[in-house]
Amino acid sequence: MDSVLHKEYTVVQDDYVNAGKVSSDIKSTLSEIGVSPKVLRKIAVACYEAEINLIIHAYGGKVTVDVTDDGVIHLEFKDPGPGIPDLEKALTPGWSTASEKARGMGFGAGMGLPNIQRVSDGFHIESSQKGTTLSLEFRTAI
Amino acid sequence: MRAKEIAEALCAAPLTEWNDETMNREYTNVFATDLMSDALALIQDDEESTVLLTGLCNNQTLRTAEMLDVSFIVFVRGKYLQDADIAMAEAMNLTCIATDLTMYDACGRLYQKGLTGIYG
Repeated sequence: MDSVLHKEYTVVQDDYVNAGKVSSDIKSTLSEIGVSPKVLRKIAVACYEAEINLIIHAYGGKVTVDVTDDGVIHLEFKDPGPGIPDLEKALTPGWSTASEKARGMGFGAGMGLPNIQRVSDGFHIESSQKGTTLSLEFRTAI
Repeated sequence: MRAKEIAEALCAAPLTEWNDETMNREYTNVFATDLMSDALALIQDDEESTVLLTGLCNNQTLRTAEMLDVSFIVFVRGKYLQDADIAMAEAMNLTCIATDLTMYDACGRLYQKGLTGIYG
């Protein structure tokens, strides 16, 4: 499938001031190409949760969005570590390793990855000490 | 219930632009939390008619509302946004008000007025 839209972003570790800016830009970009509000909300929620994960759990990372000509929206969140020690636990609602600082910003309820998985049409995650890659898909009629 | 009536019930002061349009928007249900992760996980329908009650007063509360298409935030326990966050809220077309009431009291007053939780 050919990509009809491609954007890349960098997310910085512990940057709570700018947290959410990437998700906000992705949401408005996808709104401009006609993604429906209902799908847009699902994408925004997943994207924001994943962006926050890069800020609070990882050493920052890269976010890539691709829209292919079959109407599928692909999001990838790639970080350089330190990795998720126990993926099964991380996908369990309520389980969290967030810092006090992250909790003070309203995060760390242990709902991030389970929530991302719930709203996504495609969900794939790989993690090692060298980093984590989260790939998401959303189907939409544009 | 209109935003103006909600503000009156909570003795709340507006933090963002408060005009005929924002005062007269209708809301039917409430989600109350200090955990934005829970808001992101549980507010799934009727976002436009949901009021978010929270004591968490920072830019991530605003971002969470933006992602969910929630347009009305009530800050409880006497929390006030900083100027930069007020500007950010207005740029997002969010209406924010603040009350000195606790979360419990604020929820109680709105429940008495007929606003329901997000599950009706």
